[in-house]
Amino acid sequence: MSPVYAIVGLPLLSAALLALVSNYRLGAWLNCAASAATLAVSLLLFAVEPSADALFVVDALNIYLIVLTSFVGLTTSVFSATYIGHEIKTGKLKPLNLRFYHAMYQAFMFTMLLALSANNLGVMWVAVEGATLTTVLMVSLYRTAASIEAAWKYFILCGVGIALALFGTILMYLAAQPVMGPGMAAMTWTELLKHVPGINADILNLAFVFLLVGYGTKVGLAPLHAWLPDAHAEGPTPISAVLSGLLLNVALYAVLRFKMLLAVNGEALSPGPLMISMGLASLLLAGFMLYRRRDIKRFFAYSSIEHMGIITFAFGMGGPLANFAGLLHMAMHSLTKSAIFYAVGHVAQSRNTQAIDKIRGLTVSHPALGWGLLLGVVAIAGLPPFGIFMSEFLLVTSTFAREPLLAVPLTIGILIAFGALVLRVQQLCFGEPPEDAQPIHGSLVPLYAHLGLVLVAGIWLPGPLVAWFQTVAAILGG
Amino acid sequence: MHNLGYDAAHLLGAVVLLMSFALLYQRRLFALLHVFTLQALALAAVAAWQGYIQNSPHLYVTALLTLGLKAILIPVALRRIIVKLNIHRAIEPALGIGLTMVAGVSLVTLSILLVLPVTEDSAALTREDLALSLGVVLLGLLMMISRRNAVSQVVGFMSIENGLILAAVGVAGMPLVVEMAVAFSVMVAFIIFGIFLFHIRERFDTLDMQKIESFRGESH
Repeated sequence: MSPVYAIVGLPLLSAALLALVSNYRLGAWLNCAASAATLAVSLLLFAVEPSADALFVVDALNIYLIVLTSFVGLTTSVFSATYIGHEIKTGKLKPLNLRFYHAMYQAFMFTMLLALSANNLGVMWVAVEGATLTTVLMVSLYRTAASIEAAWKYFILCGVGIALALFGTILMYLAAQPVMGPGMAAMTWTELLKHVPGINADILNLAFVFLLVGYGTKVGLAPLHAWLPDAHAEGPTPISAVLSGLLLNVALYAVLRFKMLLAVNGEALSPGPLMISMGLASLLLAGFMLYRRRDIKRFFAYSSIEHMGIITFAFGMGGPLANFAGLLHMAMHSLTKSAIFYAVGHVAQSRNTQAIDKIRGLTVSHPALGWGLLLGVVAIAGLPPFGIFMSEFLLVTSTFAREPLLAVPLTIGILIAFGALVLRVQQLCFGEPPEDAQPIHGSLVPLYAHLGLVLVAGIWLPGPLVAWFQTVAAILGG
Repeated sequence: MHNLGYDAAHLLGAVVLLMSFALLYQRRLFALLHVFTLQALALAAVAAWQGYIQNSPHLYVTALLTLGLKAILIPVALRRIIVKLNIHRAIEPALGIGLTMVAGVSLVTLSILLVLPVTEDSAALTREDLALSLGVVLLGLLMMISRRNAVSQVVGFMSIENGLILAAVGVAGMPLVVEMAVAFSVMVAFIIFGIFLFHIRERFDTLDMQKIESFRGESH
């Protein structure tokens, strides 16, 4: 049996089990164990490459995303175990909330892994919808006025986005049905890829516009990004980490699947200009917005919009080099941003505030944490020797070589964001710490594990990873 | 016989669209629910009729789900919420009828101009159903934008989903999975909306979204 069944089934079973566990410590421990088991099984994918069946497909595009998702799922569950202990102690959450939280965490992992591995357009849509519902519930976990407003906004905006994506999916089926006949085949990726050259290009174009806007809402692309900062700021920090690190990637993955169909079709319009303009708009908008943020979690949420803009731009440019840069950037951003949110979670708990103005001197009061946050921000700002430097460098140089005029706004956007990040991280990490800083609880292992991986990737990329990226970059087209 | 099938399907689809127009300018919440119920009834009839002319029995399931959930269960539940929260007297500042109609007609024109030229290969019924359903989706969006009350936004959201079902049943042989998914998601969405309405009431003593909007995560 294909290991994919276990990868998708484990989180689902754990979600059901965790809903029954009333002790929150046991729940947190089981959550880690389930995530570790999922990661262990997903590593098996490297050994046996399962062939596609009607339900699941594992290919070069999603194999690394599946492993990345289960890895970040594990490290976040470790971080979450220490995070929630503190929230219980301060009385912000009750044990009953946590029982629900742990079940939802695994349900969320289930929907994301299902969306990544599904071989069917409809199943993938259902999974993305499920991911929206579970995260809405987790964002509103604190039941404060602000968190309910954030969850409402998230739900309304992403609900509309999801609806548009379904309309695009129906159009895609309508386009495929005359060629492939009615039935399941016309909604299966692997079958669609075989028959797509004969499909009516006009309907494909129309479908892609709906899919890009629909799933693009979940990616957080401007002008449909309004839900993202609120949802990140008001939910529990582990959820901010998986939202930024994983969910945005999953939504973008859905867009990429459809882009692949358009590229193979040949006659359809090139999605490049659309994706480039949405990407640039997000990058520039988020870059400027970064300067005005006073809440540390909103600050890094805008940074996520900026990076999703860069990645969308990269796939819009297309071609082997830019696609490669985009794929690498997806992985690097996911690792770095979740590491930053781990650090931010500890910071917010030890200082009991999320206001940037009130957080100073982290490297003095908590050296390990402060330097970890500093390193994370250095990495996300795109400085060498971290992996993001490599992907941004690749993207900027390849854009300069092909479309110098487009490279100018891209570089400006990256530099604007860089300035904001450097400015704020100085305030956060240096200076005189306040008297009442409390010691942090919990380990910094997840934080440094992620930073270590990003550092290694900046210096040396393993051979198989490069091979997958190159295969996918070739299929994704220009 | 073919012509009758076509005409009836066309008529029912148009009724769904007409109800979307009617939703736009209802100022009272109960009236809004009544129109929504009518739309769901029309949609159930569309699904059943399509099941008959396409000879695909699974569409009857879709019709039954629509009838049970959207025409009966959800309106009854929303009605209870409205009575319980004592907001049934509230009059909403919806857009004026004239303005709404102009905006709605232009949206429907847009969807016809968008869909018909690109789908020339498909069957006439499919194309027209698709154009109608895109119209319903866009009108639902317009309603969600122009309304402030949380209950009306929920109704707007569900009318968007009605448009999606209209599209899905119009395309021949669309596998059941999608329709099940839509029905399911509506149910889950409804539960969540219900919880939200409850909590919003608890926290703010109002269902006016404009007042809630002032609670920002950050002071500007």
